[in-house]
Amino acid sequence: MSSFTEEQIYRYSRHIILPEVGGKGQKKLLSSRVLLLGAGGLGSPAAMYLAAAGIGNLGIIDFDVVDMSNLQRQILHGVEDIGKPKAESARDTIKSLNPDVKVELYKERLSSENINRIFENYEIIVDGCDNFPTRYLVNDACIMMGKTNVHGSIFRFDGQVTVFKPKEGPCYRCLYPEPPPPGMVPSCQEAGVLGVLPGIIGTLQAVEVIKLILGIGKPLIGKLLLYNALDADFRQVKLRRDVNCPVCGDNPTIKELIDYEEFCGIARH
Amino acid sequence: MAVKVRIPSPLQKLTKNQSEVTANGKNIKELFSDLEKQYPGIRDRLYDENGNLRRFINVYINEEDIRFLKNEESEIKDGDNVSIIPAIAGGMGN
Repeated sequence: MSSFTEEQIYRYSRHIILPEVGGKGQKKLLSSRVLLLGAGGLGSPAAMYLAAAGIGNLGIIDFDVVDMSNLQRQILHGVEDIGKPKAESARDTIKSLNPDVKVELYKERLSSENINRIFENYEIIVDGCDNFPTRYLVNDACIMMGKTNVHGSIFRFDGQVTVFKPKEGPCYRCLYPEPPPPGMVPSCQEAGVLGVLPGIIGTLQAVEVIKLILGIGKPLIGKLLLYNALDADFRQVKLRRDVNCPVCGDNPTIKELIDYEEFCGIARH
Repeated sequence: MAVKVRIPSPLQKLTKNQSEVTANGKNIKELFSDLEKQYPGIRDRLYDENGNLRRFINVYINEEDIRFLKNEESEIKDGDNVSIIPAIAGGMGN
């Protein structure tokens, strides 16, 4: 992108006057490529704020359709979108917020078969998926492909946010080497989730994405941010790279992608 | 040594819905034995059948993961905060 249009200078004026962003930073945002895994609870606020901020290229992967019970928290979608593919509904909302954003849709289920093809087009992956098999697949692919993963997860009133940046910090398997066995961890579907919670966590993910693109502040690399809505409590704990990590450790044992079975009572289809 | 222990949502059924409880012990092993005495059943959620801490549950003393201290032998001092943090996956779906 060579120069801004007048409309762009006006649209992004509150960014451009920030010394930490400026015209240069805004151009970085406009030429960046970010992939959202899921246009649901976490993906909704992340997509909307990233689009409003002028992230130039947003990919959205989601094969689900909008259901009435999604509207309690998935603010990309409205009543008129019920029955529509979430990816399409997301694109329409993004376009109405900011026509500068080029949206690419992937109405498919992420697997070891398609993940390389989809991820290779993006610099940053925003993981807002809802199940362990995909979390591990995404983590391993990000390590193997050198992609930064902005991770968010939610459960009832609790949320977690961190940034997994290959070579600079730990990965998801350093934190939790193996997925939990079946039935040990209930899903949101079984346990419920406060509708605003993904709003908080997905928005924090959007903040981390923008910091990473602009190279400003201290991203949550090697730090896990924990939020509890009932206690209004934010805390951070340290995450360390595990030299014995099976995927990013000194002698990795996982060298191929694994499609774990849908084993946690978290399978969606 | 009595310290505060943060209990994650999935285990709060066992702690009478309390998100923070007080327990005693000079290290994590003792602390968790005391937790089991106060809240029977919690041990099975923290440990596997071989008596090892489950790998999808991490334990922190203040900001530090006990795996990078001395695991269950990690010592606890007055005023420390212990947190039990399980993997959670929720995010996008139904």
